[in-house]
Amino acid sequence: MKSLGSIRRSFSPWTDPAAKPYIVFENVTKKFGDFTAVNNLSLAIYEREFFALLGASGCGKSTLLRMLAGFDEPTSGRILLDGQDLRGIPPYRRPVNMMFQSYALFPHMSVEQNIAFGLKQEGMPKADIDKRVADMLKLVKLEQFAKRKPHQLSGGQRQRVALARSVAKRPKVLLLDEPLGALDKKLREETQFELMDLQQNLGLTFVVVTHDQEEAMTMADRIAILDKGQVMQVATPAEVYEAPVSRFVANFVGNVNMLEGTVAERSEKTATITGASGAQIRVENAGDATAGSTVAFAIRPEKIKVSSRKPDGAANVMEGEIYDLAYLGDMTVYHVRLVDGQVVKASALNSSRITEDPLSWNDKAWISFAPDAGVVLTR
Amino acid sequence: MAETTLATAPSASPAAVPQQGTWLAALTGRLVIIIPYAWLLILFLVPFLIVFKISLSQTAIAMPPYSPTFDLSAGITGLWESFREFSFDNYLWLTDDPLYVNAYVSSVVIAAISTFFALLIGFPIAYGMARAPATVRPLLLMLVILPFWTSFLIRVYAWIGILKPEGLLNQFLIWTGIIDQPLIILNTHTAIFIGIVYSYLPFMVLPLYSALEKMDYSLIEAAQDLGCPPISAFWKITFPLAMPGIVAGCLLVFIPATGEFVIPDLLGGSQTLMIGKTLWNEFFSNRDWPVSSAVAVILLLMLVVPMMFFQQAQAKAQEQGR
Repeated sequence: MKSLGSIRRSFSPWTDPAAKPYIVFENVTKKFGDFTAVNNLSLAIYEREFFALLGASGCGKSTLLRMLAGFDEPTSGRILLDGQDLRGIPPYRRPVNMMFQSYALFPHMSVEQNIAFGLKQEGMPKADIDKRVADMLKLVKLEQFAKRKPHQLSGGQRQRVALARSVAKRPKVLLLDEPLGALDKKLREETQFELMDLQQNLGLTFVVVTHDQEEAMTMADRIAILDKGQVMQVATPAEVYEAPVSRFVANFVGNVNMLEGTVAERSEKTATITGASGAQIRVENAGDATAGSTVAFAIRPEKIKVSSRKPDGAANVMEGEIYDLAYLGDMTVYHVRLVDGQVVKASALNSSRITEDPLSWNDKAWISFAPDAGVVLTR
Repeated sequence: MAETTLATAPSASPAAVPQQGTWLAALTGRLVIIIPYAWLLILFLVPFLIVFKISLSQTAIAMPPYSPTFDLSAGITGLWESFREFSFDNYLWLTDDPLYVNAYVSSVVIAAISTFFALLIGFPIAYGMARAPATVRPLLLMLVILPFWTSFLIRVYAWIGILKPEGLLNQFLIWTGIIDQPLIILNTHTAIFIGIVYSYLPFMVLPLYSALEKMDYSLIEAAQDLGCPPISAFWKITFPLAMPGIVAGCLLVFIPATGEFVIPDLLGGSQTLMIGKTLWNEFFSNRDWPVSSAVAVILLLMLVVPMMFFQQAQAKAQEQGR
């Protein structure tokens, strides 16, 4: 079977109709005065899933997380955790823990006191607390910082303390609000993989809120893309990237070229789209686009080939000239101005040190792509 | 801490080649520190030494009403003669007469109870202000400071009108039917507590507000998230983090309340014993300057010595926290 992306996933309960979701949002709406933060949203998250809520600021993703933690109650709709309706259960009785964006470490307590805080609330015996705290310190590699106060730690160390504190109670679900937002780029990349390992090792369900699509793509099993309090698409990172369901999703995740046009011809699988200037695009996976409808053909830059001579035998070929180009080391990005004036982005991997077909500014160039290289979007 | 960094003056290194810029900077740095020290020296230490000197003198029917007085024209020997006349008799007198001891104890007790109530009332006010929307906070701060725009004396007088048997409070309570006989509040300790709490509340609210306003509310959410109910979260997070504000507020109320004389005089009636009032009586009614000076010196020591110990303990705790 042909699969999207290169990762073969063995963990995919969402494809199993018998699997019962662990966290369910059922027609949840949350209003703050006149402002609707979450609008009639439904979502299912499975046990042990690493689930990302991705969206721009103000899309309602943090509100969703806060409702799950119990800091806000939905205006209408229900939230179920393991079959139990969470309405009316205060945050201190919910089997979920949250890692705050600001870390919210208690400044008057040492690292170990911070980690032990939740365990003391549970009434765990002191010897067990000490052992658990030691385990947690080891897990986040902060053994020698146990007696320090938060203000004596670096940003990355504080992030680890916050993480250790939130997983110390072994919650059923860990909520992470922009967990890596305050770290610099290099540390962020390292920590992404540590978080994934941690989630695997502890077997927890993670729900992470982020505005960074790269972060969501790297870590999550599935991503929910949110806009204006509604879910735009819920899918694996590969599906979100390769098969976005709408113009919004295609634009939000990664770079994309949108070729607007109308469907001129439609057969069972293939379709022909006529662009604004009359150029024809032959596509194979036309989805639900009907003949005569206005659609966008979304194609990622790396799926487009740029050449200085007209390629033979390609399904779709368009003529233009190099309008701009950027050499990024690992790849080169071309901006090609087509005959109809539209600028198309194309990227080519620099797999060898010497380019056989060098292109420069204002050179005549042809772009070409396969019929299944992009998707047809009706929304 | 911020205080220590602020207090560190830029000092010129003696080994460095003196440049005009650094010299100037060093000089202005020293000057900035000299000003508060000079202020304390001229307006606190010197008057205190004068008071202390008077407290060692004897009453005399003279102008000023004590002896000896320094007479520089008498020369060194004259000065020495004056010094030999000093004695601690006035301090012994204070311990002899139970009136003074009672007045001290009663002042401390009244100030402590008033401080406790000011904290009890001030904390919710400060908390509410710190949690209010940022746009409303300046207005609320203004409202807290607003009473200072009228004379303190007039405001205390106004309380007589409110608290007296036929005053506003009793009229209101009788009108609503809660009581049928007027409450006797004026000229009791209760009236003093009301007066002190009312007058010094802003001094409690302001430091509390500044401590609470700095606190990140997500700390409370984090505590709750970790299984801590709201009341417990208050005692484990909010209260310890507000501690600097609580200490500052309590000192700002307790210290002036201990020496307070206007409020007990106007609201407390004749039987109230407070050291500020005793001091006033000694000074203006008895015209016994040496004894009243001794009373003032003891009052100062009573307040300063525990505070010094407290500050030392705090500095030590802070050092360990580092």
